[in-house]
Amino acid sequence: MLTIDDLQGSRKRRNRERSMRRLFQVAAIVSIVISALILFTLFRGTFDFFSKIDWDFSKLKDTGWFPRRSRYDLSTIIVGSIVIGLISLIVAVPFGLGVAVYLSEYASRRVRTVVKPVIELLAGMPSVVVGYFALTFISPEITQQIFSGSRDRNMLLAGLGIGILVIPIMASVSEDALRSVPGSLREASYGIGAKKVTTVTKVVLPAAVSGLVAAFIIAASRAIGETLVASMAAGLDGSGPFALSPLDAGLTMTGAMTNAAGGTDSVQGQAPFYALYLVGFVLFVITLVLNMIGARFVRRVRQQY
Amino acid sequence: MALATPATGATSAAAVVRQQLTRRSTDVAGIVMLVTLLFTLLVTLAVLATLLGQVVSGARPAFAEVGVGNFLSRTIGSSPDTSGIFPGLYGSFFIGLGVILVAVPLGIGAAIYLEEYATNSWFNRFIQVNIRNLAGVPAVVYGVLGLLIFTEYLDVLTGGSTVIAAALTMAVLVLPIVIITSMEAIRAVPSGLRDAGYGVGASRWEVTRDHVLPYAAPGILTGTVLSIARALGEAAPLIILGAITGLLGDTSMRGAFTALPMLIFAWSGRSAPPGSETTWANSAAAAGLTLLVLVLFFNAAAIVLRNRFEKKRTGT
Repeated sequence: MLTIDDLQGSRKRRNRERSMRRLFQVAAIVSIVISALILFTLFRGTFDFFSKIDWDFSKLKDTGWFPRRSRYDLSTIIVGSIVIGLISLIVAVPFGLGVAVYLSEYASRRVRTVVKPVIELLAGMPSVVVGYFALTFISPEITQQIFSGSRDRNMLLAGLGIGILVIPIMASVSEDALRSVPGSLREASYGIGAKKVTTVTKVVLPAAVSGLVAAFIIAASRAIGETLVASMAAGLDGSGPFALSPLDAGLTMTGAMTNAAGGTDSVQGQAPFYALYLVGFVLFVITLVLNMIGARFVRRVRQQY
Repeated sequence: MALATPATGATSAAAVVRQQLTRRSTDVAGIVMLVTLLFTLLVTLAVLATLLGQVVSGARPAFAEVGVGNFLSRTIGSSPDTSGIFPGLYGSFFIGLGVILVAVPLGIGAAIYLEEYATNSWFNRFIQVNIRNLAGVPAVVYGVLGLLIFTEYLDVLTGGSTVIAAALTMAVLVLPIVIITSMEAIRAVPSGLRDAGYGVGASRWEVTRDHVLPYAAPGILTGTVLSIARALGEAAPLIILGAITGLLGDTSMRGAFTALPMLIFAWSGRSAPPGSETTWANSAAAAGLTLLVLVLFFNAAAIVLRNRFEKKRTGT
């Protein structure tokens, strides 16, 4: 006579199954805990910051970011991030896109297998090494040569350095977008007699456009969140006036954060230190919004093909 | 205007076709395009080559002055002529270890849950979206997280701003990378393998352990290796956590700490004391070369693993 117990298998095996499932579930939930902790940290620190400053708007909004003199004009560091981010995109977008189009549309299999890993090595380059390169090579050999008499560190230098770091990201996301364009579109184009260049510019690139937009947005998000090159090469140590010209010394959100934590303005327990959390909060929101827009464009490519 | 008769139309069309087929025209646009693309590629490769060349040539005087063995084993000094990077290596070693001990098991566990166990509920979808967002959070923000949670709230465990706090922060930083790459590797396992296992009565964990994980192992390993490389090269959270950039007498788990990228950060722009043979920039380059060797080794290992993995897939 068969009972339910016989069909359920051994109890030990079922218990083990249940505990493994629970274990993996906990591991997955840790990621949510981390997000919650990030939000908690940023809210908590920002709250502390706001409770420690004197609410004198004429001082707070005085142009410039001078934490030790109680001047916290956020627009100074946000504009700094945007200027440096734009310079880096001017470098990274054409080169990253060019590399992507070449690898996806023109390169032979053999060239691809050699060049792709090299680009990936550039993607794995630690940003601090690029910071060193910016200070010891790009500054004396390029920026100070072209703009003679310019400062040894400025926003242009930081933008160029970050541009180098962003090229491989731009290249790899764009290449994914181009390769997801079905071959039948290219064949149809060749079939009606179009040349290669026409096929690439009139068929493949327009078909991949939402993926390319995603690449651009993800690259922008990386450029704004990049920290090391920005704090090594932009030229200011944690405080400075509002600056717009790439040849001026500037300060990014990330640079303001590293200096608040470890620089000369660090006074534990006081407002200049807690500014770290406020800036972190703003940076978090900006990059999150950019990444979400980017993800939406990536999804659109997947739905299309 | 007179309408073209069929006859004249036909002759002109034939002429046009003949001209199109026989004319020797150079494809100017095509050549311009190809030259432009090659230019962008060559410039990118040249930048990489210049960067590597600059690091190597900058590192040579430091290695020559201090000696490679001394440079790796000595502690940080007050002059670039005598300074070594041992505290940096020590910190980076524990950061790598922290990633292996914390991020890898957690990440693989989460990936197994999301790919093998999770149903398509809103909660599980939320977890996935959340992981993707975490992967895009700037490293410096993870530093802020570590500063409050690991060095302040978990002070008992970490002892404040120590290498333990740094290792935990880096583990959290790379966790999304481990999860995403492991998920991709597990998703690439053919479902026939799973069905075969279920068909002979294996439970979900047995199928995962005996069929899915062995098949996905190279892909998971690739992600793991990449995440170690990322953690070794990242410096932003360490600055926030308060890694030391000056003299550091002794290295310990529960004392002040530093790591390789921090030394490069601190030395790159520092001016040398009078009378020294080499500059701090030389020391930074030598530390940079050491870091590059480590990071590129891990990255190259990941690329080789992945290529072998892909070849095997297309072969079957």
